[in-house]
Amino acid sequence: MAEPILAADETLTPAAPPRSRWSLSPINRRRLDNFKRNRRGYGALWLFLVLFITSLFAELIANDRPIIASYKGEILFPVMVDYPEEKFGGFLARTDYRDPVIANEIKAHGWMIFPPIRFSYDTINRDLPAPAPSPPTWWLSDAQCAAAAAKVGGKGCGDIEWNWLGTDDRGRDVVARLIYGFRISVLFGLILALVASLVGIGAGAVQGYFGGWVDLVLQRLIEIWTSIPRLYLLITISSVVAPGFFVLLIILLLFEWTSLVGVVRAEFLRARNFEYVNAARALGLTDGTIMVKHVLPNAMVATLTLLPFVLNGSITTLTSLDFLGFGLPPGSPSLGELLQQGKSNLQAPWLGISGFAVIALMLSLLNFIGEAVRDAFDPRKTFA
Amino acid sequence: MSAAPILSVRNLAVAFRQGGKTTLAVDGVSYDLRRGETLALVGESGSGKSVSALSIVRLLAASQTTGEILVDGEDMLKADEARMRQIRGNVISMIFQEPMTSLNPLHTVERQISEILTVHQGLSSEDARARTLDLLTRVGIPKPETRMDSYPHQLSGGQRQRVMIAMALANKPDLLIADEPTTALDVTVQAQILELMRDLQRETGMAMLFITHDLGVVRRIAHNVCVMRRGKIVEAGPVSEVFANPQHEYTRALMAAEPKGLPPPEDLAKPIIVQGQDVKVWFPIRKGLLRRTVDHVKAVDGISFSVRAGQTVGVVGESGSGKTTLGLATLRMIRSDGPILYLGQRIDQLGFKAMRPLRKDLQIVFQDPYGSLSPRLSVAEIVEEGLTIQQPDLSWEARRAIVARSLGEVGIDPQAMDRYPHEFSGGQRQRIAIARAIALQPKFVVLDEPTSALDMSVQAQIVALLKKLQAERDLAYLFISHDLKVVRALANHLIVMRHGKVVEQGAASDVFAAPKSDYTRALLSAAFA
Repeated sequence: MAEPILAADETLTPAAPPRSRWSLSPINRRRLDNFKRNRRGYGALWLFLVLFITSLFAELIANDRPIIASYKGEILFPVMVDYPEEKFGGFLARTDYRDPVIANEIKAHGWMIFPPIRFSYDTINRDLPAPAPSPPTWWLSDAQCAAAAAKVGGKGCGDIEWNWLGTDDRGRDVVARLIYGFRISVLFGLILALVASLVGIGAGAVQGYFGGWVDLVLQRLIEIWTSIPRLYLLITISSVVAPGFFVLLIILLLFEWTSLVGVVRAEFLRARNFEYVNAARALGLTDGTIMVKHVLPNAMVATLTLLPFVLNGSITTLTSLDFLGFGLPPGSPSLGELLQQGKSNLQAPWLGISGFAVIALMLSLLNFIGEAVRDAFDPRKTFA
Repeated sequence: MSAAPILSVRNLAVAFRQGGKTTLAVDGVSYDLRRGETLALVGESGSGKSVSALSIVRLLAASQTTGEILVDGEDMLKADEARMRQIRGNVISMIFQEPMTSLNPLHTVERQISEILTVHQGLSSEDARARTLDLLTRVGIPKPETRMDSYPHQLSGGQRQRVMIAMALANKPDLLIADEPTTALDVTVQAQILELMRDLQRETGMAMLFITHDLGVVRRIAHNVCVMRRGKIVEAGPVSEVFANPQHEYTRALMAAEPKGLPPPEDLAKPIIVQGQDVKVWFPIRKGLLRRTVDHVKAVDGISFSVRAGQTVGVVGESGSGKTTLGLATLRMIRSDGPILYLGQRIDQLGFKAMRPLRKDLQIVFQDPYGSLSPRLSVAEIVEEGLTIQQPDLSWEARRAIVARSLGEVGIDPQAMDRYPHEFSGGQRQRIAIARAIALQPKFVVLDEPTSALDMSVQAQIVALLKKLQAERDLAYLFISHDLKVVRALANHLIVMRHGKVVEQGAASDVFAAPKSDYTRALLSAAFA
């Protein structure tokens, strides 16, 4: 910076036009540019976002109910609304649109549009050409498909409903389970990582800012807490409480929050003696205000850098629990359960391979994004 | 003195690229340096003086350098990296500003020096040890035999800088580049180091390129001087001529920039604002399993003072003398013993909450304007922060009005209040920090070295600003500084501190005119030599 001399000190260097409330500060702009420059990470972010947002609409992609149907002049949205089967002359509480009787009834009085994949994660394909786990349909010869095709009045594999990646050992479509499984994994990971970060930042902030006895006691508590083997505890708990999505989330949260405490604490320890923090104290600001307004922004860099890896860790934990059978309740679309099926059905490699491919892709993408974020926040690059 | 210059720089230009923008840090600089001579490069921060020196040994990454740098007739810019390694440390040595970070904290002094000797001269370890001892003796390290096995943190700042000089001299360089070697040191130590460097130059006949912003240092050590500004040399010549008869307006401005003038006379009829009686800040040293307190670090050890409205009490002393601690204790930012009175009311036993309403009357301005302003808040947010706590019922418009008025008073255009601190220069930032303090209408301000981190020309402006504010508002100042020139321009009353104790205390004019203690005399002679 060229230091103006003497009287010139009074004048302001012509600076950038005043920025509006929501535009990025120059340093964040440089970080964003750095992030974009890492093409692998930037590409991974886009690919991940596309996959994730697509999977959020899984019901419209893979479902055993039509997206939209017209029956006797009435427009129906079976994806969103449960219509009793009586409406179509049946007797079940929920309509089974895959039932040929119902399907023919609707087709006779209107039309219906199915999602591209006509299976939901829990739909059992009862017309399998081969016993479950049935291989991908394109793997089969027409002779193998003949029996299943005959039911719908066809001859070969082209006439029956396809299972692109085969089915699992209960006859459920693997593609549908992958899509739903991906969604539940990422959502679980995101929620767990976010809540764990909030708790961890809070705990780390208190420890680092106040130091002394608070720090000492909390640190020891965390050390004892993290030394509890979490897997055994989970196994014990899941034998008492039926593990659902939120039960698992809370149990895992009890352990996951400690991962960010260290870095946040270190940042707060460092920043609590910054001169502008001291200046804020001299102005009489409360500790809470100082922590949030002056110190927390310093800790955000470390937190954002670690966040993708915390997210990855959360997803892996869920998957491994599902693999062991202590995770989500039976029947849930879970990648870990798919892997488990792959292990017990080695004669059906499509189960293990497709599960592995999706998990590997998801974790790699998140790792690439995390790497790019870390590099973008690297002060040597930010200020270079 | 040989006629051929050892270093000859012609048309040197150094450019940095950043985000597609090219900044010219050094722009067409030329100078010569002969053996046995000292050339000083003077200028303010950002004038390109360090960059032009670092480019001689090609230590700058990510820059484009053009021109010619001839060392003994050899162009440094055309030499390959292997040749450069031979030259660095052998022909050209360097000393840096910060002696703490320039030494490896994990190696002993002996190892750091002898490493250079074994690498560059291939000495055996015994020979290297003997030579290290000889070097340490020459740079004036007391008891060099025992100091050889010390680690850098066991040495004082001055001793560390002496070790750095010993390292630089180990290979008998022809050219020594010293980048602000005395800036981080206390004044008395500064004088000793300068003397040492002058003696060594006389002995070895090496050439010195001396980079500094301090004109006093230039006057003491250099033969020739180049005044730099914005990458260009604005004036060059022998020191005596340049100082006697500066040609360029910038040089004249630099010379006039030293804080001048005397403080306004004090009025003993005015009320005492803040008073401390036998103030003590002792940090316990705990040892053993039970953490029993075995001793205390007596950072401030029984100091009494009083500050009247419109009066400035100067606290001077070297680093570690406890002057900042005293300032913080006065504001109750750290725990202390001994009564502290604000307008006759004892405040030393109040808790943080009870202190809060008083904080608007007792303010502080810190040393480093780069560290004391949060980089994430706009200037308006910084200045209004205290108001949001002290006067929470003010409307947004009223707060903005106070911010604008405060900024105007310190000479910052109120229009700039929505900008961020990094858009301002060091001097402007310090003005903003002062605006933050005065926005609360305080009666008493602790000024903790408010000018030390600033360039010389800006220092004088800040001193003038402080005087103006004091006159207008009848402010009481506790002015903490190691720079006696600034203190003389501001303080009515003086406290000289050393090791937490008062060495001398009295009316500033008396202390400056007739110092009673040896320590004060040493300080004064170092500052006004």
